[in-house]
Parts: sequence; structure tokens; C-alpha cells
Amino acid sequence: MASSISITVEVDGVSYTDDVEPRLLLVQHLRERLGKTGTLIGCDTTNCGACTVHLDGVSVKSCTMFAVQADGHQVITIEGMAQNGKLAPLQEAFHQCHALQCGFCTPGMIMQSASLLKENPHPTESEIREGLEGNLCRCTGYQNIVAAVKSVADGVQYDDSGVSVSPSMLEDNSETAGVS
Amino acid sequence: MTATATPRPEVGTARLRKEDAHLITGRSRFTDNMVLPGMLHLAMVRSPFAHAKITAIDVSAAQASPGVMAVLTGADVAAEQGSLPNAWPVTPDQKAPSHPSIAVEEVAFAGEIVAVVIARSVAAARDAVELVDVDYDELPVVMDLEEAATDKVLAHTSLESNKSATWVFDSAEAGTGTAIAEALANSDVVVERTLYQQRLIPAFMEPRSTVVDPTGEQITMWSATQIPHILRLMLALTLGIPESKVRVIAPDVGGGFGGKLQVTPEEVITLLAARRMGKPCKFTETRSESLQVAHHGRAQVQRLKIGATKDGIVTGLHVDLLADMGAYLGLITSGIPVLGAFMYNSIYKFPAYHFECHNIFTNKAWTDAYRGAGRPEATFAIERMMDELAGELGMDPLELREKNWIKHTEFPFTTVAGLEYDTGNYEAATEKALGLFGYDELRAEQQRRRESGATVQLGIGISTFTEMCGLAPSRVLGALNYAAGGWEHAQVRVLPTGNVEVVTGSSAHGQGHETAWSQLVADRLGVPFENVEVLHGDTQVSQRGLDTYGSRSLTVGGMAVLAAADKVIEKAKTIAAHMMEASEQDLEFANGSFTVRGTETSTSFGEIAFAAFSAHNLPDGMEPNLDSEATFDPANFSYPHGTHLAAMEVDTETGQVTVLKYVCVDDIGVVVNPMIVEGQVHGGLAQGIAQALYEEAVYDDAGTLVSGSFVDYLVPGAPDLPHYITARTETPATSNQLGAKGVGEAGTIASTPAIVNGVLDAIRHLGVKDIKMPCTPSRVWHALQEAKTTGGVQ
Amino acid sequence: MIPSAFDYAAPTTVAEALSLLADAESAGDDVKVLAGGQSLIPVMKLRLADPSMVVDLGRIPSLSGITDDGGSLTIGAMTPHHTVATDPLIAAFVPLLAQTAATVADPQVRHRGTIGGALVHADPAGDMPAAALALEAVFNLSGAGGNRSVNSADFFQGYFTTAVQEGEILTSITVPKYTGWGSHYEKFTRVSQQWSIVAVAALVRVEGGVIAQARLGLTNMASTPLRASSTESALAGCALEVGAIAAACANAADGTEPASDLNGDAAYRRHLATVLAKRAVLAAVGLSEERG
Repeated sequence: MASSISITVEVDGVSYTDDVEPRLLLVQHLRERLGKTGTLIGCDTTNCGACTVHLDGVSVKSCTMFAVQADGHQVITIEGMAQNGKLAPLQEAFHQCHALQCGFCTPGMIMQSASLLKENPHPTESEIREGLEGNLCRCTGYQNIVAAVKSVADGVQYDDSGVSVSPSMLEDNSETAGVS
Repeated sequence: MTATATPRPEVGTARLRKEDAHLITGRSRFTDNMVLPGMLHLAMVRSPFAHAKITAIDVSAAQASPGVMAVLTGADVAAEQGSLPNAWPVTPDQKAPSHPSIAVEEVAFAGEIVAVVIARSVAAARDAVELVDVDYDELPVVMDLEEAATDKVLAHTSLESNKSATWVFDSAEAGTGTAIAEALANSDVVVERTLYQQRLIPAFMEPRSTVVDPTGEQITMWSATQIPHILRLMLALTLGIPESKVRVIAPDVGGGFGGKLQVTPEEVITLLAARRMGKPCKFTETRSESLQVAHHGRAQVQRLKIGATKDGIVTGLHVDLLADMGAYLGLITSGIPVLGAFMYNSIYKFPAYHFECHNIFTNKAWTDAYRGAGRPEATFAIERMMDELAGELGMDPLELREKNWIKHTEFPFTTVAGLEYDTGNYEAATEKALGLFGYDELRAEQQRRRESGATVQLGIGISTFTEMCGLAPSRVLGALNYAAGGWEHAQVRVLPTGNVEVVTGSSAHGQGHETAWSQLVADRLGVPFENVEVLHGDTQVSQRGLDTYGSRSLTVGGMAVLAAADKVIEKAKTIAAHMMEASEQDLEFANGSFTVRGTETSTSFGEIAFAAFSAHNLPDGMEPNLDSEATFDPANFSYPHGTHLAAMEVDTETGQVTVLKYVCVDDIGVVVNPMIVEGQVHGGLAQGIAQALYEEAVYDDAGTLVSGSFVDYLVPGAPDLPHYITARTETPATSNQLGAKGVGEAGTIASTPAIVNGVLDAIRHLGVKDIKMPCTPSRVWHALQEAKTTGGVQ
Repeated sequence: MIPSAFDYAAPTTVAEALSLLADAESAGDDVKVLAGGQSLIPVMKLRLADPSMVVDLGRIPSLSGITDDGGSLTIGAMTPHHTVATDPLIAAFVPLLAQTAATVADPQVRHRGTIGGALVHADPAGDMPAAALALEAVFNLSGAGGNRSVNSADFFQGYFTTAVQEGEILTSITVPKYTGWGSHYEKFTRVSQQWSIVAVAALVRVEGGVIAQARLGLTNMASTPLRASSTESALAGCALEVGAIAAACANAADGTEPASDLNGDAAYRRHLATVLAKRAVLAAVGLSEERG
């Protein structure tokens, strides 16, 4: 039986010290030991990206790391994105652009988008799509996710009207015709 | 119209969603997030064989493994587990094997559960699964649907045939049209094709998860399900537990697409384990398990004959279907092809139609609803056949469609399948789509590339579709032998402050009901959007309901909400009249206030709500509340339609297919929230395109699922899908007071044939007439090579 | 989703790592060396690999980073794909390696996955092996018996098998600078995130208006990466014309033994190799081909 190892990981600004089995995945440590259930598990083959977090500032799939590997490192999860009760710009943009439906891929999408924008602050649409290639979504068809990321890159400021003004919503899609 | 201070109506406004706040901050409530005191964890032992007798199971090593509390086999629960339900015996003589949650004697597909380990941690349960020793005697497997139909190998030893049922509709017999044999015999042209609907996996992003707490008198189940109400009923019926002792909660549910419209062995087993252990139990599947055993969809062979005059007037359609049930009948497995039966005629008005489907068992995971459920299959078939017919007649495929579709002046129209289409305008949707698409320019570009022999050829795919939504009028379901009705229930509760709680039986999992229902009620009652709270997904809160599937929520569930709100207004009116000492007939209700007509005297909804609560001065005999409920049963289906156009590039060197441009114009009737609607269309398109180009559940000859992970089951990512151009036309439905038609499945239904027609249009001139879905580069390239060697078009 | 239990060690020096490996092996442990873990951890989660001991190289600083050796670059085995893809030295002198690394899997995997891990894993569909082969990289190994270097031609020995012996680790690769060469990695997949169905790494040197020299590495055309040697010979002296280059690439699949799977059969892969070789060479020499 493998012995447990003591690790200290800073998660969302708080330092946690725990004894863990070497086989414990970082995502399980976050969810089961630290209660960070905002980070989700969508697959077992490193494809879906739902578990994406930041490790020392860059995106990683927390299902494809052992918790012991994070010892001494800093992790940011979706739960650490809003600051002082104010949503991070990507969180706001996902809401404004209707970039989520069931919301299961959303934490991973937001974390990867943040990493993408850090590496490339002004991506083209195709660079955004490529940058999200490791994150699967089954609800949105991606278009509004891409729009949300673009809007943050473009510095779009949203009002508080509670009504969507995202770019794709402004397309001519409400005209009526041929009422019988 | 005079300008008044009327607030902007909520219906039609792109309201941001109420559902988002907790999901974007990571405060989600998915089932697997739940932890209960003393909770135990389950892991399943699954058969590696697709067909085998279980001869012995030795659980002793697993039982002794650290942290293991119990190991249960089928024999251990044989007396209590019952048989998983099928709610749709499509014919009186339908055959089905018994379907225990844990197999007892025989397994009929790889992945079937043979034992369950209950342990203190998931890791301990998982470790012990490897220690369960099961002896199997392998039996012959039948994997191929057409081969299964011959009965040479049986999928179940307990059945004499692989045929579960044959269901027939014939327009001459039904009196809805003429006889097909004559119609085809008298046609100038008959095109015959066999098309394949590959097996798909719904692949919702949240793997299924169930937590059961057996505390006290009641059993509470949290489950990643689309159908908390149906699940509760079915658990009661399957396990013999009084329905009142079961409470089902669907908390946040991460997508379903029909894949969570099921009563699963895992749910039953988790309940049995929790009851037996007297402790909360949790089971969460891995993605590999989910792909292997969560029900699959589509999987049909479509043998089709379409007849026409030489001028392109369609004379009749003959559909002979093999439908792959997989190994068992799930909740509505058997009814899926029947749901398609009424849609093969689509928007066309030909006189003769014959449909028969043969429901066949194979040794694969069982199939059931997947987004569209029967209707995408039907739409694909007719839209592909219209293109094949156009090719045969040398006619533009659009022109052929125009000649045959129902004109907008001809509604209401009773179809050859016996449905009454209430409204629609195919001309308007098509005209708008053509404009956005640049049809003529793309045809010119296509011609240029053909003439130059370009490596990358261009094709235009057309799909003019309709579907039956708003499942469903209960009488129709009864006539089709479905066990339940199709109504929906809602409650509108008015709090003393005038805030409103809406309780809905439609249990959403990403569709945005909380937002849309708030908009409906805000307009109807004149209360602010923010003051409406929508409650759902818990059978203790929402006692009655038939849940969410079949694009039914707004057209059925939304109408129940409006009906309940109208009853609230009626009650409020009585109180308002009493308060203002006026006659009810003299009151007008607008913007949340009752006004005595022709005076300034008015009272607000909030004041009435408080008056109802305080009950100090209510009319004699009036109950002191405004709460109301309503159940809505639709009189007819609704019929969204649309025109989808895809410009497809095919690289003839590699077979690579790319969507150059995708335009869709959907007519889904009146829209409550255009933002949510557009999101539904986008997601639907993605899944329809995925069927055309990417996804397929593939088994090897031994019965192992080869595409058993996301490495091989290719759910497309952001770079693999195009930017969609979406627009709408609007002909309000008459089957509901709002005029809505439903949008959940439209994109999925329409896009698959548009894409495949586009691929074939690009290379038809090179001699390619069909490519099986998904149209992989390899298949496209091989089709091109074959066409080269056979010398092109016949 | 949960691997079998194992013992774990995270040495901080190569020497310590080697002694851990030696100890574990003499104790009869089934040892796995953990680099970035982006291939190893998924197979452990599916229990397709059940090591009893994992030695994590992630805490050995000397294994990461890129150094300029004058005529070549040495890249530490634990250098992540993302670093390889964005490092200015690599971009300047071995752009093929940067371009190839940028196509591996997805951004998250490129942040964790390492060049050394990908090379030692030697997945036939992996991208880095074919690039390393075309680049004629030298593989620097350390073991109990000391250090040794292996040429790329001898490194990839079979399906998921390399010259790295038990008790050895790959510490770095040394890649010659390709000043004056054009290069391109042409990768073919059905969906973006997928492993290569086939890919071709091309390095081409043009002199006097013709191709003087070409090196082509093929991904997923056999159990190991292969050089397209017939095409390399045919390209020597080839004119800078689409037709001539296409003709030279028509035998790119000579000597290959591709597998058949869900993404295509062997015949299709052989055909793809010729098309992708042509496209890779054309891109490497800056020629474009009218396709639309």
C-alpha cells in the first residue's frame, strides 16, 4: 500500500496542507478534499477540458496531474476568478453573450479562455477557436463562447440592463416575414 | 397607436439568464458535487463480453478488499430489482427480454452490469472491481443490424427472434392518401436508395451521477436526469415502492439531449444499495462508462423508394426501416422510429405513403431518444431522397422542393401521414435563406470550380425541414400506445410581497426555463422580471410534471404557466373589485394594476397580494390566496420549419470536408427570448453537423465499442465547427395561445441532410452518389476513387 | 478514472533519479518515469498501465530549458511543448520543432506535456518523433552506466519502444541549427484535438534555384516514425515547381506500413502521405498551389 505524502498547495489564495495518496488526481484533491466543486470532471482521457485550472498562471487539465505534483505550487480555479464580489471580465462576458447553457463545460472554458488571452491578448476568431481546442462543449455550438472571449479581448464594456447586446445577437435575426 | 408608458414587453426580449450566476462562478450543484454524511460509493463490474452466460461470480476477494462494505450480484437483488421499464409497447405483440439492472443469468451487450461494489471511497470501490471474478460462457454475438434481421444469430437466448415489433403506417389503409404500390407503378421515375443512420452517442458533458439518501420514511434521489417525475413513477413501479415514498431531485443537470431521458440500471442499483446499506450512496460514471452504456441514438437502415412524374411532382414514398434497438428496450426505445413515421413526408404534399419499421435487437448498448428522436432520421431520409430525385431528373434541388412543398396559402394542411399542419411559410423562409446565403453567387463559383477541375470542389446542400414538436397531445400518444400522456403542469404562487413563484413540471438542464418562464409571467402579471422565481426539478416542489424532451417545454409547459397565471389574475380581479368597490366587469388589468375603467381608481398587484395574505377584507367565500395551478394538454403538435443551406468544400485530394458557409432560417413561431433561441439553434446545428461529419459509435465484430472514449468518439471542438448565420421568419402556431412552436431540436434535425447534400453536391459530377455518415475524409476519398474506377455516374 | 495505488518519488537531481530507478528495479518494482504525464496519466487512469512505482522528473531543474551550443541547440527533456513552441532560439534556428510542438494536442496539454516525454512515449501518431527524426536530433541519455547519445535513426525502435533502456532516462536532445533551410509540419486530423492520422515534417534546403537537400519525417505511417527516403532522394535537384515536387512526393509512402483504424485504412494513409508530403515541401520552399 502506497504511503501518503504531505503536500501544501495554494488554491485560490489560500494555502492548504493535506496528506494525500500519490494516486490522487489534482482535480479530486480540489473537489473532494478542498470542496472546490466548481471544477468539474467530464472525461477520463484528457479531452474535454472541464477540469481546467491554472497552475502557476497557466492552464492545465487538473485530471491529468497528481495532487503531489502540485505540492508547492499555486492553483487558481473558477472559484478564485471573481475578486471582491466582482465577476472577472470573462465571467461577465460569458453571461452577457449567452456562452453557456447547461454550464458544465463553463468553468473549464473560462479558465482556458483566461490563459489564452494572457498568452495572446488580441486573438482572431480562428485563434480563439484553436485556443479552445482542448475544451468540449455540447450545448452552445461554440459560437457564443468565441464571441464572449472576443468581447473581452476587444474591451467591450457591458451595461447592467440585463438584456443581451452581444455581437451575434445584433445580427439581423428578428425580422418577421410572411405572417399568414 | 398612442404612445403610452407601457414597459417593454418581456416576451421577445433577449433577457440575460437567471441560471448563469452560479454556473460562471463555480457554485454549481451538479449531482457529483454532493457529499452526505456517511456516504458510500459504488463502482460497477461490467461484462467485457457482448453476449455470454454468467456461470459463476466469486466476490470474496473484492469483499475482503480494504474499505469495501458489500458486493452485490444480480442473484443478491433478483427478488427486488424488477425489470427496467419500457413505456412504449408499439404493438400488442411487441417482444422484449426481461431487463434486470444487474444481470442475473445472461449479458447481452458489453458493459452490462454484473455486480456492484459498495465501498467507503470511490478508489476503494474501483480497486475492488478488479477483484470480482466472473466466469462467463461466451455466446455468439450479432452486431450488424441487417444481419440481425435475418435471425441467424440471436441476441438473446430467451427470445426466438431478434425482431421486437413491426409497426406499419399506410396512407391507403389510414385513409390519408392513396396506395403506394400503384403510385410508384404509375411514376415516371422511381429512385431507390438504402441510407444508413449511424449509431450516435448523446455525449452530454456531465457524466450521469446519482445520489440516494434512504433517510427516514422517504427515499430521496438526486440524479442527473431530464425526467425527475417520470423517474419517480418508474422507480415506484419497477421496485414496488409506494410512489409517495420516493422523492427525485434533478439539481443542476449538465446537458441531456435525450440521453438522460431514461430510467437507468445505475439509478435503480444506487437506490437498492442505499436501501440495503441504510446509508447514502453515490454512483458517478466515468466518461468511458458513459460512452459504453448510456443509451445510444439513431442506428437505422432506411430502405427508401420515391416516385415522381418527369416534371418532378412527387407521387409517393415507401419507407422500410430497420431500427436497431440494441440489446434491450429502454424507456421509449421502441417508439423512436414511430416518432419519425409522421415526418418522412416532411413539407411535401405527395399522395401516397407507406412506412414500416422493424425493431431489431442486436448485442449493442440499447438505443433510445437522442436530440430529435426519430425525426432527424426521417428528415435526413426525405431530404437526401429529394436531392437524389433532383439528380435523377436533372433538376435544381431547390426547384424540385418548391414544386412539391405545401404553399403558405394551403394551411392548415392535412398531410399524407395524417397530421394537420396549422401554419407555416416555406417560401418566406427559403427566400430569406437564399438572400443571406448568396445562392446564385455560390452556384456560379461552384460552376467555375467544376470547369477548372479545382482540387477543392464546392457543393451546396439544401434542407427544407419541418418537425412535430410540443410532445404531445395525450390522446395522440394514447392512440400510439405510449403509456403516459403529454400534458404539463404549472403552479403560480403569489407571495405576500407580490413576488411570484412559478413551479413548473418542465425540468430544464441548460435550456433557460427559469429565465423564459419569468419573462412569460412578468408580462402576464405585470410584475418585474426580477420578482419572479422559477422552481423546478424536485418532485417535492413540483408535484406533477412530465419533464423536458421533444421541444415541448415552451409549447406545453409554458402554456401551463400562462394558464396558471391567468387563473391568478381571475382571483386577483375578484379581490380588486372588492377592494375598490367596483364591478369586476368594469376592471381593466394592465401593467400589474387593476383600474376601474374610465377612472383613476386602481390597485396594484402587490396590494392585492398583500390583501389576499392578510385576508382582513376578502369577498365572502374567497380563499385567502392567489395561488393557482393549471395543466395544459396540447390539442395538436406544433410544426417548426426552416430552410438550411450549407456551402461545403471537398478537398478531392484528401477527402477533407469543410463547411464554408452555413445559413439557416428557422420559423419557430413566436419567440420568448431570442438570445436563448439562438443558442438552441447553434447547439442543435453543432450536433447535426457532428452526425454528418464526425461522430459514430463503432463496435468490432466481437462486440467491443471501439469508439469508447473521446479519443475515438469525435465530439467536434470549436475549431471544427463553422460560424453559423442564423435568422428567423415567423408564422405563429395556432395550437397554443402564444404562437410558439419549439426550437430545441430544429438545428439538429435540419443540419445533417444539409451538410451531406452539400458534400454530395460537390462531387456528384465526379460520380459519387452516396457516402455513409459520418462523411470522413477517408470515406470521401474512397468514394472518389471508386467513382473513378467505375467510370462515374450510372 | 482512478489509477491503481503506487509509490511516488520526486528526485531533484538526475543522479538521485537514476539511483531511485536502480533501487526500484532491483526491488522488482514496475517503475514508470513521469515526465509531463499527459500520456502516462490517462493510461494509468484507465488502468491500462499499473506501475507500482512512479519516479517524477518534474522537480529536476537541470532537465528543463534550451541552450545554444553554437552549431546546435540542446533542449532539456522536461521542457514543455508550449516552451518549445514559443522559444525565440528554437524559432530562429529550428522553426520546424516550434511549429510541430504547437500542433501537439491542445494548449493545456502543451503546458504540461514535455518534449522528452513525447519522444520517449514514442506514440506512432505523436508529432514530435517525426520532427526529431527529420531534424536528425541526437538523444542524450543518462543511466547507471553513465551517459550516452543515440542518433535519431536508432532511437525509435518499435511500437511505443525506444532505445531508452531500463534504468535510463532521456535528459535532452541536441538538434542541429537549420539556418538556410525551409521547413513545414503538415498535419492531418479529422478534428483539431485529434492525434495525427498522418503528418509529414519537411526540411528543405534550396540552392541555385533547385532543391539541394530534403529531409522528410512521417508520422503514423508505421509503428515508428519514418524518413521518406525515396522522396528525399527524388527531391534532390528537383526544380521549384509544383508539378516536379508533386512527382517527387508520389513515392512518399514507399517502405511504410501504416495501420488501418477508424480514421482510415492503410491505402488511404499511404495516399495521404504523398499529398501531405507535397504540401509540406511546397510550404517549406514557399510555393503555393492553386486548389480552389
